[in-house]
Amino acid sequence: MLSLVDVKLDLPEKENLIKGVSLDIAPGKLTVITGPNGGGKTSIAKLIAGIFVPTSGKIILDGEDITQMSVTERAKKGIAYAFQSPVSFKGVTVRKLMSISAGADMPEMKMCRILEKVGLCARDYMDRDMDSRLSGGEMKRIEIATVLARPARYILFDEPEAGIDLWSFASLIDAFEVLKKEEDRALLIISHQERILDIADDIIVINDGIVTQKGTRDEVMPTLAKSGARAYCPRGKEMF
Amino acid sequence: MNKITEEILKEITDWDGIFDGAYSLREDGECISFRNSENIRIVRKEDMPGIDIYISAAASAETVYIPACVTKSDVRDKVYNDFHVQSGADVVIVAGCGVHTDSEEGSSHNGIHRFFLEEGSHVVYKEKHIGIGQGTGKRVIDPVTYAELGDGAVLEMETLQLHGVDTTVRETKAKLAGNARLIIHESIMTSGTETAKTDFEVDLDGEDSSVDLISRSVAKGDSRQEYRSVINGNVRCKGHSECDAILSDNGQVIAMPALSATSTDADLIHEAAIGKIAGEQIMKLMTLGLTEEEAEEEIIAGFLGA
Repeated sequence: MLSLVDVKLDLPEKENLIKGVSLDIAPGKLTVITGPNGGGKTSIAKLIAGIFVPTSGKIILDGEDITQMSVTERAKKGIAYAFQSPVSFKGVTVRKLMSISAGADMPEMKMCRILEKVGLCARDYMDRDMDSRLSGGEMKRIEIATVLARPARYILFDEPEAGIDLWSFASLIDAFEVLKKEEDRALLIISHQERILDIADDIIVINDGIVTQKGTRDEVMPTLAKSGARAYCPRGKEMF
Repeated sequence: MNKITEEILKEITDWDGIFDGAYSLREDGECISFRNSENIRIVRKEDMPGIDIYISAAASAETVYIPACVTKSDVRDKVYNDFHVQSGADVVIVAGCGVHTDSEEGSSHNGIHRFFLEEGSHVVYKEKHIGIGQGTGKRVIDPVTYAELGDGAVLEMETLQLHGVDTTVRETKAKLAGNARLIIHESIMTSGTETAKTDFEVDLDGEDSSVDLISRSVAKGDSRQEYRSVINGNVRCKGHSECDAILSDNGQVIAMPALSATSTDADLIHEAAIGKIAGEQIMKLMTLGLTEEEAEEEIIAGFLGA
């Protein structure tokens, strides 16, 4: 179990970004964090990954207090994080990045299977650099693939739908559904996408730095619909 | 050859005890061994130190090795090597140099290489420079390269300097005839108080000739690097230069890419970027389980293509 206990976060550019969040992420489940833009969702993912350190509160991983642990230590403990905006690396190939992620040189067949999940053919991409010569959508898919390559137990995806075409997104949904069946793995996805909310076991709504709702999908979804969230969506398919 | 030469060869040429095919091995200012092949003939110059390497049209995917090793202090090695590549030949030239010092006296190697590529020939030139040894004497490597590319000839140069060379001044000049292509990838990492200066000048004189010049540098510690390139587009041609540099500690890099066109059909572009390693790059690799130091090493190794 991964738990946040009354976690607060101030940043130099914004105080009270997170105002006391407590939540549990359980293995064998797919939990979706949703809520309006700027409400603190990505900050929570970064707190879990160790990129941000809480101003107060605790983060507990399988009974161990990891609040002050570095990003590296948390990665080694089994936390993986797919960034919302992929990072480019001049001269670092997709093959290298996938191998770093897997912790060893990755056989091409395995790379094929993982990249296929995000709609990419390994042969076309593994020897290309992870840099701006790739499109935003390609980089996003590779970013997700690097996390799928990790033998992690707690996997965080920050808006995996952003920049991904419909066909690749369908493959990604399939990949999430397979992952969530693995009992020892927990998936935490930050998303506004209805199709991702539809496959969630649990949903947590974050707004203005606090948890405003949490529960099973069946408990939370009707409330979201009633609250009129859909009405604010410019594309009609996002909940916020 | 002595043990230090063996050590240098392993690093600069991946030598495993034997060179396949033609080679010329230079140690402390003397050619200590060489061998010809059916298509590659090596001839010692009579009037100056150095060799002429004649590569026949029949050479196909053949490799010739011409490493130079300076294995002790107080050696000043200057060598003139000329490559004569016949029309249609296809060859890989593995050069490279290592300088070892073991006292307060410095040592240097100054390789002056001239390439004459006939029509349609293709040369891949690989050059790796290192400095080693416990001596405090300066390790200096100052290569000079001059290349003339005939119609449709292609020269691909990969140069790499990763550690130990206290000062280097690298000069490269090239003239290209029609449809000729020059591709240069240079990677240099300096640390401590090392300095590196590179200077490229390329004349695109033939219709549809092209040059792609990519320089990657990393300046650590108190080291300093200076990059200057001039591409002269005199006809319809394409020229691209790219200089990217990563700084850490008190490292300094000066980049001066210049373009000059005397033809309205010249298509020239340059890019230059200098900065530290992006924090998000380090953070991303840390989320994949690397420490901050390991992440930096991976980013730099990838950047330099090392």
